[in-house]
Amino acid sequence: MSVIELTIIILIGSYLAGLLGSLTGLGGGFIIIPLFTLILHIDIHYAIGASLVSVIATSSGAAAAYVKEGITNMRLGMFLEIATTAGAMLGAILAIYIPTHYIAILFGVILISSALMSIVKKSEVIIQHKSYLAARLKLYSNYPTANGPVEYGVTNVAGGFGMMLFAGVISGLLGIGSGALKVVAMDGIMRIPFKVSTATSNFMIGVTAAASAVVYLQRGYIDPGLSMPVVIGVLFGALTGSKILVGSNSSNWMRVTFAVIVSIVAIQMIYNGILHKI
Amino acid sequence: MSKLKDTDIQTTIGWVLRTGVFLSVGICIFGAVIYLFRHGHDVANYHDFNGVPAFVHLSEILKSVIALRGRAIIQCGIILLIATPIIRVVCSAIGFAAEGDYLYTGITLLVLAIIFFSMLSGHGG
Repeated sequence: MSVIELTIIILIGSYLAGLLGSLTGLGGGFIIIPLFTLILHIDIHYAIGASLVSVIATSSGAAAAYVKEGITNMRLGMFLEIATTAGAMLGAILAIYIPTHYIAILFGVILISSALMSIVKKSEVIIQHKSYLAARLKLYSNYPTANGPVEYGVTNVAGGFGMMLFAGVISGLLGIGSGALKVVAMDGIMRIPFKVSTATSNFMIGVTAAASAVVYLQRGYIDPGLSMPVVIGVLFGALTGSKILVGSNSSNWMRVTFAVIVSIVAIQMIYNGILHKI
Repeated sequence: MSKLKDTDIQTTIGWVLRTGVFLSVGICIFGAVIYLFRHGHDVANYHDFNGVPAFVHLSEILKSVIALRGRAIIQCGIILLIATPIIRVVCSAIGFAAEGDYLYTGITLLVLAIIFFSMLSGHGG
């Protein structure tokens, strides 16, 4: 395959990754890694490098919009970034010593669980209770709605912090934003409103990925020829996705479609990992 | 700590993120035009991992950028993209300090320290 053909294929795939990633909130890594390894037969280290680059592009683009609207909880994001950056560094170091087929199997399992998490309906109860740690760390805040700002409290800070550490290790190992895990930590454990969790997760993903990307850049995992179409494709895809989302009333059908696609890809990934094809 | 200050930080950080992303994409497109013009018809081989390429050390990248090598220019765009969230963290630290929130200035500096430690340990390994 010539360089120009490969570039065009990655450009189209990355556009779809950015589009679906921004619509579903799962991040582009879920498309980029299978596209590179399963379809284009590119070494998984290059795939992880390119995927990290795509995560940073989507995160910075999407976060800019959310921060502007005042939905993002910047203090919460900063505090939890201690856990995600430390975890990501550990994951990036582990990725060098763990054989790639184990990474592939683990990635498949994470894909399926993320897909299931994304389609499970969450009932939203905004709590006003502020735990001792949450109060000391000033994690409570408010977010804008159509009916004016809504105040919210935060609970189980230690549990959320632990889950973030795990999310960081996973993102460092696999080059995914692990946005689903971050949202689960904030929404499920710390009881933060879903909208704030999603926005803050988007805000954090870029920093976690950047910490890993610096390590990967030095190892040669981030190849300019492969990263270039990924950056361009993902960004324009994400821009299109955010426009569609603004004009749409429900993204439920998108979530279900994506969950199905992700599950099929995940099963392939586990299958190839078990057969040592990767 | 006033609400106005928090809004100021938000506006600045939003601007930093947008500028970083669009500037790096612009540089990537510029590099891509040169790269594809020269190497578009080469055979792509990424099946095996080739190890660390030449464009890792800043001095080598800059030398190659001056020579207008497409891959080096793209790598500059990628490095700017990776730097964007880190620059955002630096701006947050300055913002929290200006606001007088020293707890969060400390937390932000700790995050920065972890990022820089991961860079240095990457060199050592």
